[in-house]
Amino acid sequence: MNASKVFTGSVVSFGLVAAKALVVKSLELKISKESIAPSQVSTEVARLESAISSSVLELQEVRSHANAKMGAESAAIFEAHLLMLNDPELFEKTKEVIATQLVNTEFAFHQVSEEFIALFSSMDDEYMRERALDVRDISRRVLRHLLGVQEANLAHLPEEVILVAYDLTPSQTAVMDKNKVVGMVTEVGGKTSHTAIMANSLGIAALVGVNKITAEIQSGDQLAINGETGELYLHPDPEQLSDLMKRKDAYLQKRKILESLKGVPSTTPDGQQVHLLANIASDEELKFVLASDAEGIGLFRTEFLYMNRTSLPSEEEQFLVYRKVLQEMQGRPVTIRTIDIGGDKEIDYLNLPKELNPFLGVRAIRLCFKRPELFKTQLRALLRASVYGHLKIMFPMISSLEELLAAKAVVDEVKNALQSEGIPFAPNLPLGIMIEVPSAAIISDVLAQHVDFFSIGTNDLIQYTLAVDRLNQELQSLYSPFNLACLRLIELTIKNGKQHGIEVGMCGSVAGSEEMIPLLLGMGLDEFSMSARQILPARKVVTSTTKAFALEIAAKVLSMHSGQEIENYLRANSSLKMS
Amino acid sequence: MEKRVTVINEHGLHARPAGILVKAVGTFKSTIELQTDKKTVNARSLMSVMALGLTHGAEVTLIAKGEDEALALETLSALFAAKFE
Repeated sequence: MNASKVFTGSVVSFGLVAAKALVVKSLELKISKESIAPSQVSTEVARLESAISSSVLELQEVRSHANAKMGAESAAIFEAHLLMLNDPELFEKTKEVIATQLVNTEFAFHQVSEEFIALFSSMDDEYMRERALDVRDISRRVLRHLLGVQEANLAHLPEEVILVAYDLTPSQTAVMDKNKVVGMVTEVGGKTSHTAIMANSLGIAALVGVNKITAEIQSGDQLAINGETGELYLHPDPEQLSDLMKRKDAYLQKRKILESLKGVPSTTPDGQQVHLLANIASDEELKFVLASDAEGIGLFRTEFLYMNRTSLPSEEEQFLVYRKVLQEMQGRPVTIRTIDIGGDKEIDYLNLPKELNPFLGVRAIRLCFKRPELFKTQLRALLRASVYGHLKIMFPMISSLEELLAAKAVVDEVKNALQSEGIPFAPNLPLGIMIEVPSAAIISDVLAQHVDFFSIGTNDLIQYTLAVDRLNQELQSLYSPFNLACLRLIELTIKNGKQHGIEVGMCGSVAGSEEMIPLLLGMGLDEFSMSARQILPARKVVTSTTKAFALEIAAKVLSMHSGQEIENYLRANSSLKMS
Repeated sequence: MEKRVTVINEHGLHARPAGILVKAVGTFKSTIELQTDKKTVNARSLMSVMALGLTHGAEVTLIAKGEDEALALETLSALFAAKFE
């Protein structure tokens, strides 16, 4: 029996689960040069053959999975990888190096593949230079097999697992088997990291900032996550497991109460109605949205349509996704945000120049202006889909009136083109903007005169207002939604929006926070958009907080000076209400 | 046997057409090589073929030696002419 051990981290997505660990290593392949005797050559060559054939088998599986999930076009890249693996030159040259230099297979294979990588890297054609990445990819795959390093195939998991990683990339979380991953724990990442966002949307337990887990946990180890305490148990003892089960029962009990709020309007006891909507990042999450009783979709992050692939999604492909979402939501409002690429979301095939400061760089709407075709394709797909439901289009990262007017001009241009082609689109399609840059919040009185709605994106608004990188773990304590400067900008935006008669919503993490909802209600927020699983708990808060009390809370909070004081006050209020 | 062919694919001999070529080469028994004015490579090797960096309009010589050399050259040159489609 292995000794049990407890790690702690920050809970970014609730859950009480036990499952085996699957350690996802960011592979550091250490290639050492070892001399071999002439008699060992044949053994080394056999190792090479076996590593290549295992890689081929693995890639064939990846290819068929890609084919089934993403279509033949996306699978084509793996087809090329298979041909590269079977490349006779790669094999023969490696064999030659083993035999003539009398070195181990790893070293020989690495040397030969680096030669190919260098060859491609030095070519004039940009496309060809990029193929160096493909060679590196297959080379790493073979070296992994030679070194016996397991890489988890997250798309195909035989049993339920808890992923353990230093960090998970958006592409890893996007392809993972969502039915088998019951928990995620990472060493880095904050409340708004991709791990957090993805886990929240999928209702998977997740802890971040858990130290040393990749060093101390092995794949197959028994783990349990306590999403109430932020504890991760390695080889949990029976007591810990039974405590976890008790908590789970209590949680399910509470869940039952929440279930009774399904179909109930989100209205305060004194009659103030608001709307609770869901955030989604892909059409796969629709089932959770429909099950959550959300009153619509307040934020559809479209950038995921552009990720994990090798070329831009076509207009038709996008249209089909947007139409599906609109149709399944059956007339309930669906706010779709145009792409927010850049910042921490990179897309290789766009070949965007590296920036020193990507969060302050060519991101979101700024990229759309640099690449108008990309923007127009998305707008065409959106406008064409608009006749299938209640669509609202939202632009991210607006920081000035000029940008907003330029974006609206592109919409008009696309509308004119569609009109002349006789393609229908919804008349009076609402256009709105994210308020996530402090400058936009400050001039929200001006911007409100040109849009139909605002949606406050708190994750970025906080990071830009406080000049705190939200992914920097060292600064997590500074990244606070309770900071008075952030709250003043939120209040200003809501006030200006109301004054000009437009709807004001919020789609950042703050909107789903039970302790923040009474404050936001008091500030006059109309729409709260959050993870699907937060909808019913939020409805419980709304239906048990009077508008009169919410106004009192807002007045009190805005008169406080310290973020800590505000946080303590809202927390105390919230626990009072919930008990 | 030799035959001179031209790459007429708009984007040159990229991964997809090169892959089709290499797969087709694999169906023949002959030794098949691609020769440019700079170098000669084994046509069974995708990476070597791609590394020739053949762009639109590039001319290349197909060299086949073996029992099915005539059929190989005919089939492969037809692939170049059909843009590997």
